[in-house]
Amino acid sequence: MKKIKSAAELNALQEELNARLDPNKPCIAICCGTGCMAHGTRNLVERFQQELADRQLTEKISLRRTGCHGFCERGPMVVLHPQKIFYQRIKVDDVPEIIDKTILGEEIIDRLLYRDPVTKEKVVHEYEVPFYKKQMRLVFGMNGMIEPTRIEDYLAIGGYGALAKVLTQGDPQAVIDDISAAGLRGRGGGGFPTGRKWNATRKAEGSPKYVICNADEGDPGAYMDRSLLEGNPHSVLEGMIIGAYAIGSSHGYIYVRNEYPLAVENITLAIDKAREMGLLGQDILGSGFDFDIVINRGGGAFVCGESSALFASIEGRAGEPRAKYVHATDKGLYDKPTCLNNVETWANVPLIINKGAQWYAGIGTEHSKGTKIFSLVGKINNTGLVEVPMGITLREIVFEIGGGIPKGRKFKAVQTGGPSGGCIPEAHLDIPVDFDELSKLGTMMGSGGMIVMDERNCMVDVAKYFLKFLEEESCGKCTPCREGIYQMRKILDRITNGEGKLEDLDTLEWMGQAIKDGSLCALGGSAPNPVLTTLRYFRSEYEAHIIDKKCPAGVCKALITYGIDPDKCTGCHACARVCPTGAATGEKKEVHQIDQEKCIKCGACYEACKFDAITIV
Amino acid sequence: MQEKIAHIIGKYHHDKGFLVPILQDVQKEFNYLPKEALTTVGALLQVPLSRIYEIATFYRAFSLTPRGKHQMSLCVGTACHVRGAPIIQDGIERVLGVKAGQTTADLEFTFETVNCLGACALGPILVVDGEYQGQMTLSKANKLLKKLGKKVATDEED
Amino acid sequence: MSQTVTLTIDGRQVQAEAGTTLLEAARSVNIQIPHLCSNEELAPYGACRMCMVEIRQGQRTRLVASCIYEVEEGLEVQTVTERVLNVRRLVIELLLARNPTHPTLLKMAADLGIEKTRFEVEVKGCILCGLCVRTCREVVGVSAIGFEGRGTSRRVTTPFNEAPPDCIACGACATVCPVGVIPLKDKAGIRTIWKTDYPLQRCESCGRIIAPVKQLEYFAKITNQPLSHFTEHCVHCR
Repeated sequence: MKKIKSAAELNALQEELNARLDPNKPCIAICCGTGCMAHGTRNLVERFQQELADRQLTEKISLRRTGCHGFCERGPMVVLHPQKIFYQRIKVDDVPEIIDKTILGEEIIDRLLYRDPVTKEKVVHEYEVPFYKKQMRLVFGMNGMIEPTRIEDYLAIGGYGALAKVLTQGDPQAVIDDISAAGLRGRGGGGFPTGRKWNATRKAEGSPKYVICNADEGDPGAYMDRSLLEGNPHSVLEGMIIGAYAIGSSHGYIYVRNEYPLAVENITLAIDKAREMGLLGQDILGSGFDFDIVINRGGGAFVCGESSALFASIEGRAGEPRAKYVHATDKGLYDKPTCLNNVETWANVPLIINKGAQWYAGIGTEHSKGTKIFSLVGKINNTGLVEVPMGITLREIVFEIGGGIPKGRKFKAVQTGGPSGGCIPEAHLDIPVDFDELSKLGTMMGSGGMIVMDERNCMVDVAKYFLKFLEEESCGKCTPCREGIYQMRKILDRITNGEGKLEDLDTLEWMGQAIKDGSLCALGGSAPNPVLTTLRYFRSEYEAHIIDKKCPAGVCKALITYGIDPDKCTGCHACARVCPTGAATGEKKEVHQIDQEKCIKCGACYEACKFDAITIV
Repeated sequence: MQEKIAHIIGKYHHDKGFLVPILQDVQKEFNYLPKEALTTVGALLQVPLSRIYEIATFYRAFSLTPRGKHQMSLCVGTACHVRGAPIIQDGIERVLGVKAGQTTADLEFTFETVNCLGACALGPILVVDGEYQGQMTLSKANKLLKKLGKKVATDEED
Repeated sequence: MSQTVTLTIDGRQVQAEAGTTLLEAARSVNIQIPHLCSNEELAPYGACRMCMVEIRQGQRTRLVASCIYEVEEGLEVQTVTERVLNVRRLVIELLLARNPTHPTLLKMAADLGIEKTRFEVEVKGCILCGLCVRTCREVVGVSAIGFEGRGTSRRVTTPFNEAPPDCIACGACATVCPVGVIPLKDKAGIRTIWKTDYPLQRCESCGRIIAPVKQLEYFAKITNQPLSHFTEHCVHCR
């Protein structure tokens, strides 16, 4: 495509591309997010292409390979435009029928529709699906409207219009004022006011100034940044270019996890395209403003999400944090003023510029504005990515959007904030979700992982899990984090082995506070949170492990025994077939037994039993 | 080897700042990070070997030992953990006879765990030779191992 | 032009040059803050966390590492508060779990009222203060040793745990180690360090041992002098 030399040329191109979009032309939008790809979407796309070609319909019906739609639970999925018919869990062999019956014949295929688990009713249109109904998909919603690899698609829906707007106005400070007035806060975890960060970097002395996109999404259980980079990379680029202009930076970096190959691929392509069209590089849109972006792939270290460790990694060193008594906005990458924001924060920027700070500030709570994308995962019916206005309650997210807990089990906790966060019990589900309310509960917003746990999850085990995670991910530089987390985990090991003492709980609380106070960076500074919150809200579970030597959830191996409920066992022999040690035995059609001497508590029989006859006590 | 490494470093304009991506490319080329390769990288970029060794052992993506023919990575992110990843990890370790992070003696399998692959809706996830396998269970993992030629000690029929 | 800053440490008014760390400022008025990983020859590092102090900023107080934090006009610093002591107690107990016998650590623990660690002891000796690695890099300038791994598996070692190609056998790492866990041995004209033998150079005039040959070669290289400049005479017979 040709280089665009001015804002006016860009507007003309946007209009031209938009006019080419025929709202009535049938379009098959296939979700090609990582989730759906794992469900076999690649074959589906090929089949659609082939069937359309066979029918000579390639011109009449368009096929759009979009990024993640969010409802990963129901993949592979398509949305048929213009009616927005939503088909889910599609198989390759359904393709001819979809084309012939629904697209050509306007007939709905009942079996591919989503069935509301609550009302048991089938839902035809995407916008009627309860999972989407309560959402406010301002940032994430564009994923379904574009092909991430086609810059034309992004331009056609007004993409890069916000950039043109700020370049035309020519007032960088006004951009910062807008971002401040909108009340945007960093989506990476801490919730620092974005406008203030930009302002500090703009005012800081030194050059060059750097603008960095933190795409080292390491929080376990969070994948919204990945889906944004994969599904709508240009929105992130546009945000970064606007930010760079406001700050006065000409050098940008995107630090992205190497575990996200598709994100790397799509963002690389997006940068190339943007550069080709004059939206990146020298003299952007003829404004005289220069800015370019380099991609840096991480090496698999959670701590590199921490700013100073991230800088160390970009500088080609091990990701060790430095004490942050001087702000990165003054001395960051290569000791130069640096503005680091995460993917979702950058993606919010064009939206604010386009729709206005006042409009944006109208969404959310007093101190948390706009929407937040969460990855709603774990023991929840509707797993996927959800974008909701700040201030929605956890209960609405878990039970209305998420559709509650599978298998009729009981909700126990929702974990937010990744390894820096904590577990929130049922009693606090009605709090409005925003930065400050979550902090008050001892957890945090984090990057947006929301892991739901049910009665079969042991909270001591979950706390131990996070410590184990952090123990592996700690850089090892400072004593409290490196040794403290390790020793805390050993105490939890003892407790889950039935060797705990009640005073261990006091030790854990004491250590937790000292580790928070003494650690060098935020990783250690928040590492005890999962232990401290579970102690605060689920102390009785710890006590059960210590006093009764029982794991109420039936998770901690040393404290449980597997058995067979004779009333439920049908003698199907499934347990005996999968048992790796020959502990589960029995004659076919007769009640089976488990030999406790041989049982290694691997869980194979529990998984294999279709009659719920395996007991864990 | 020299030439290949020089080519990789050239792609990054001999910029020390790209040491991590350079090592990633070197690993991709040789399947792991051979000692001579690291010495060469150090010499070409004029970075002390102790620095390179530090980076190669700090980041989890790097391996200093040859990897197996088949790569199995089990996601142990929170979502996968609460859906039973530990049980699957135990199972795979038992069948392969190695712990996570190790390679079988016959160089057939490398088994590792990953602290979240970012595909949480599909948990537990096992990546086998680059293919994401969602909603993993013990028996599905066993079947995958059997398909790749591993004998699994249960008499479960396929 | 250096600028003088006035601050309060433990209630005492202290004047210090801008850019001074709190640890240095405290030392200048004889307030001793325990520390392990700080050394004036090296860039501030802030890893051991023994030197934490509590500072007041408006209504809030927070803990900072005094070996890194620089003096500020009007800053109020408390070097001994319950929060500070708790961090120091934790740190010393955690370090004693790695090295339960070294007198330096035991003395620091005793000063905090601690006799022994409550944590399970796994003797590793090294407390990972990083003084050796940083001295090798920043003072000696050769980067022969470094860290391996991360988290609890972090170790100080040579590349691949083999004879270090860049080592000049100067022994600075062993000298600077606060817990004496880097073995160095000079015997029969040979220095053994990092499990490697290095010949020692004798003075060509008086026959006394000067230094390892590799170290002198390194001096010759960085000063652009012939090697003989360092081997012909030693300090004693010059």
